Amino acid sequence: MKPAPFSYVRPSSLDEACAALASEEDARVLAGGQTLMPMLAMRLSRPTLLVDITRIAELIGIEEQGSSIVVRAATVQAYALRSELIAREVPLLAKALPNVGHPPTRNRGTVGGSVAHGDPSAEISLAATVLEAGIVFRDGEDETSFLPEEFFIGPTVTMAPMGGCLTRIVFPKKPSGRVGTGFHEVASRRSDYAFASAAAQLVFDEDGTCSEARLGIGSVGDVPVKVDVDGLVGGAADDAAIRDVVAEALRDLEAVDDLHATASYRRRAAAALAERALREARDEALESRP
Amino acid sequence: MKTELTVNGRAVTVDVEPRMTLLDCLRDELDLKGTHAGCEHGVCGACTVMVDGRAVRSCLMLAVQGDGLDIRTIEGFAPDAGELSVVQDAFCETHGLQCGYCTPGMIVAAHALLSHNDEPSDEEIRDAISGNICRCTGYGQIVEAIRLAAERMRQSNTRAFEAEGGESA
Ligand code: FES
Ligand code: FES
Repeated sequence: MKPAPFSYVRPSSLDEACAALASEEDARVLAGGQTLMPMLAMRLSRPTLLVDITRIAELIGIEEQGSSIVVRAATVQAYALRSELIAREVPLLAKALPNVGHPPTRNRGTVGGSVAHGDPSAEISLAATVLEAGIVFRDGEDETSFLPEEFFIGPTVTMAPMGGCLTRIVFPKKPSGRVGTGFHEVASRRSDYAFASAAAQLVFDEDGTCSEARLGIGSVGDVPVKVDVDGLVGGAADDAAIRDVVAEALRDLEAVDDLHATASYRRRAAAALAERALREARDEALESRP
Repeated sequence: MKTELTVNGRAVTVDVEPRMTLLDCLRDELDLKGTHAGCEHGVCGACTVMVDGRAVRSCLMLAVQGDGLDIRTIEGFAPDAGELSVVQDAFCETHGLQCGYCTPGMIVAAHALLSHNDEPSDEEIRDAISGNICRCTGYGQIVEAIRLAAERMRQSNTRAFEAEGGESA
């Protein structure tokens, strides 16, 4: 359990980091290390140069920008979990964050790192997928933004540009109206890698009619997926409607079989969690004031 | 690579390979064997230490990343040589340990929790140690130990360790 040798730099600006990343073919970004360090220890990854971005001030912080909340890539998860801005404006992300790892891993792990690694069970990636957040990379001089559905292409495989550095995730603020969210997952131990997870956000208008419905499923297939639950729009999203729409939406859900859970278990769990998340979102929305 | 660390209040300079984890640096360079190496890939929590007042896994951090940071290991919690901290004492009293392998990590996680929450519920205690595996006790006595330590600290009006920010554990 010892990593293979590599060199290490700790730049203090994004420009320096990008230059370092471009200087060597097998250079990799190191942020909180909560995913990369185990991969190094098991020698699943053997970079020749690690570029530590944890002390680059311009990559840390959470702020409001117009209709978005920008979470800079090296922002620590524990900090995001305590952010009032996220709690108020991106409630689905706020619900996902307590499920990310354990307190000691959240104290080092970053919001960007969780997304950049493309783990299919990453809760932050699922919230980003449901909300269609922007995943922004700096690649040399250029900046490229991806939508989650184009960014995640397989388990731990993403569209990240070679030598690029993730700079921020741009979450849309919650829409106006009565908004409710739900996030549920099953794992063998609290906060462990989930076997299945579901995230939902519903918007209702004044008279209790659903005007927008979003649902995503994580940990079940190779990537987090957003599924179509538009069938709930225009109605009251009662339990029966939720059951029918979820059954229809997850009919062709791809699920993986591995030693933790079978594909059929994952599919059943996903449906149950999806219903639970949607019901929670509905109840929360209807309790809230417009 | 030269790296300056503050370990248990003492400034030290180590010269380590970049690939050396903080865990190995503490144990092998600084001879602080109290921090245990369990899985060495972030699963068990045995290697938990405080970095700038927050519990982190020392096997998931490079020693060079600790440059300029304040590190506290299990050796740094007792008030004096030969004494135990309130949390350590409570672990002994409630049989919160058997083989002791997980114990340093559990105690650091408990200190981290109690530094900002002096009346944790059992639920909060469980959450704080959710990243620490114990193969002996069944966890019941560990939760009891942390509950007892919290009670004693409230009575004596002391906090485990003043930590800024950070999360439980
Ligand atoms: S040794 Fe660090 S988590 Fe197991
Ligand atoms: S006391 Fe043996 S592993 Fe916890």
